[in-house]
Amino acid sequence: MSQLSSADTETPEEAAPATDDAREAVLAEFTSRLGDGVVGSHIRVGDDLWIRVDRAHWLEAAEVAKSMGYRFFDFLSAIDWLPSPFGRDMDAQEDLVVAGTPAKEPEAMVQGYAGGDTRFQLLARLYSISAGMGITFKCDLPDDDLSAPTWSNVFAGANWHEREAREMFGFSFDGHPNMINMYLPADFVGNPLRKDFPLLARRVRPWPGIVDVEPMPGVADEEGEGE
Amino acid sequence: MTTVSDPQSVAALVAEANDNRVNLDFETEGMTLNMGPQHPATHGTLRIIARLDGEQVISAEPMCGYMHRGYEKLTEVRTYPQINALINRIDWLGSFANEVPFILAAEKLMDVEAPPRAQWIRTILFEMSRVANISLFLGDFGLQLGGMTAGFYAFRDREWVLNQIESATGGRFHPNFDRIGGLKDDLPKGWIEESHTAMDKLLAFCDEMEDLLVGNEIFQGRTRGIGVIPAEIALSYGLSGANLRASGVDWDLRRDNCPPGLVYDKADWKVWTHPDGDCFARTWVRLQETREAAKIVKQLLDTIPSGPVMAKVPRIIKVPAGEAYVATENPLGEMGYYVVSKGDLVPFRVKIRSASFNNISVLPWVARGAYVPDLISILGSLYFILGDIDR
Repeated sequence: MSQLSSADTETPEEAAPATDDAREAVLAEFTSRLGDGVVGSHIRVGDDLWIRVDRAHWLEAAEVAKSMGYRFFDFLSAIDWLPSPFGRDMDAQEDLVVAGTPAKEPEAMVQGYAGGDTRFQLLARLYSISAGMGITFKCDLPDDDLSAPTWSNVFAGANWHEREAREMFGFSFDGHPNMINMYLPADFVGNPLRKDFPLLARRVRPWPGIVDVEPMPGVADEEGEGE
Repeated sequence: MTTVSDPQSVAALVAEANDNRVNLDFETEGMTLNMGPQHPATHGTLRIIARLDGEQVISAEPMCGYMHRGYEKLTEVRTYPQINALINRIDWLGSFANEVPFILAAEKLMDVEAPPRAQWIRTILFEMSRVANISLFLGDFGLQLGGMTAGFYAFRDREWVLNQIESATGGRFHPNFDRIGGLKDDLPKGWIEESHTAMDKLLAFCDEMEDLLVGNEIFQGRTRGIGVIPAEIALSYGLSGANLRASGVDWDLRRDNCPPGLVYDKADWKVWTHPDGDCFARTWVRLQETREAAKIVKQLLDTIPSGPVMAKVPRIIKVPAGEAYVATENPLGEMGYYVVSKGDLVPFRVKIRSASFNNISVLPWVARGAYVPDLISILGSLYFILGDIDR
């Protein structure tokens, strides 16, 4: 525990090295069965396992994981790693252009655990009830071809999740049986969860949280401490 | 209600269904039946387009989105404490349970742990929201199947637990009480004794429901053997919570993968399963769960440790960069938040894994071959909250 935790916490620590071994073993078995389809991985000891697979092996990854006992389908979604051009505090790139001030240096795109090379990544999670562990899968999708094979023949629950990912991010899933909109009206234009899709309510009204960021009068000296 | 007059399109639908549960021996007229968006069995605005062959359902397709509020997008422009108020509205019957996995995910990234007293109270309020949520299910499901009395009893007795939640948190429906590093406040004076009384009343309510509803012959006739979901189908659709345990899968995140910050291991309780997988099994498992939840609350009330309810956390919460997925066993099933942080005041991306979205996605499969009145039993027993589907 870091210095942030309270002094009197006495939660028994998990046997961290043991669980780590278990996840290493899962990763090793998965890698040996998928071959060079695994392009990245990350393990947080005693907590979680991330595996990034090649798009060509995306479907195979689901099949391999299912045969390894990961039969519970948790969710499938995506991440758009583009730093948002729309800020919260009205000094984002877009606002500077409107105000006529020189543009800022754009933030670099930084992908999360298990790495990544592209703006869009598929994100999916499977769980093994017998092992009591989950695997989070990631898969890079190149900008010029945002498509992936569907998981819905392996995990029936992926059907709806892929419909959601398609309308929210603009992907396409090859072989999907029922690719209609999940939430949005059929004539909706745009993909709302893309970072470059503006949240208009926030553009019209500045971010209300901005006042919290400035230190309150009289408490500047104890900033960073609890109440 | 529109009629599909073209017999070929019905034949095509039947062929598409390709399921031996659909009876093709009768020569009947095909029909499209539109249920909802406003229908008593839908707890909100879910619309179901059912294609019928006579009385039998060939396909039932839920149409979601009438209540989509775009929480995943909104989380990207709100600070962590602000999101806490937002996600209360996902499953509005068990609101406190929505806050906990998100707070735990943020705590995991910040490497903060709530003090023991806060963990205890969190678990108690979590289970109280389970009681508040599922007791309404028991009454409402009875109501949908024609047993009006159960509905009134549920609304009467649910008030006991809502009063306790309100007196501790200040909010009957949307507590917004959980904080990163602990809780907003300590318990009010006399709350523990009152909660014992309330839980006793809820335990009596469960007994009453067992006699009145679950033991009722008409109820059993409407639910036994209806809407059977085998375990393998349930897992593949990602069904969780009581829907999965009613299919015989012995899995409960509270027992099997309890995230740090909740103290279920400090109470003696049992995970109930049922082998049948039908509407009756789902109701029965939920009834037992309500009992177990009340027992957990009563045990934890007696063992609350003393001490602070808030750990030392910065006034302005910045969550270090990283990714974390924390899921808890909410009243409706597994609810989890996949939080991606870039070390900012707001999360970079939050994927909300809500239980009802997966739970209701099995409907097209399970409704196939069912009769129209059974569709109500199936919908009611799968038990969803619309805010939990649409988010």
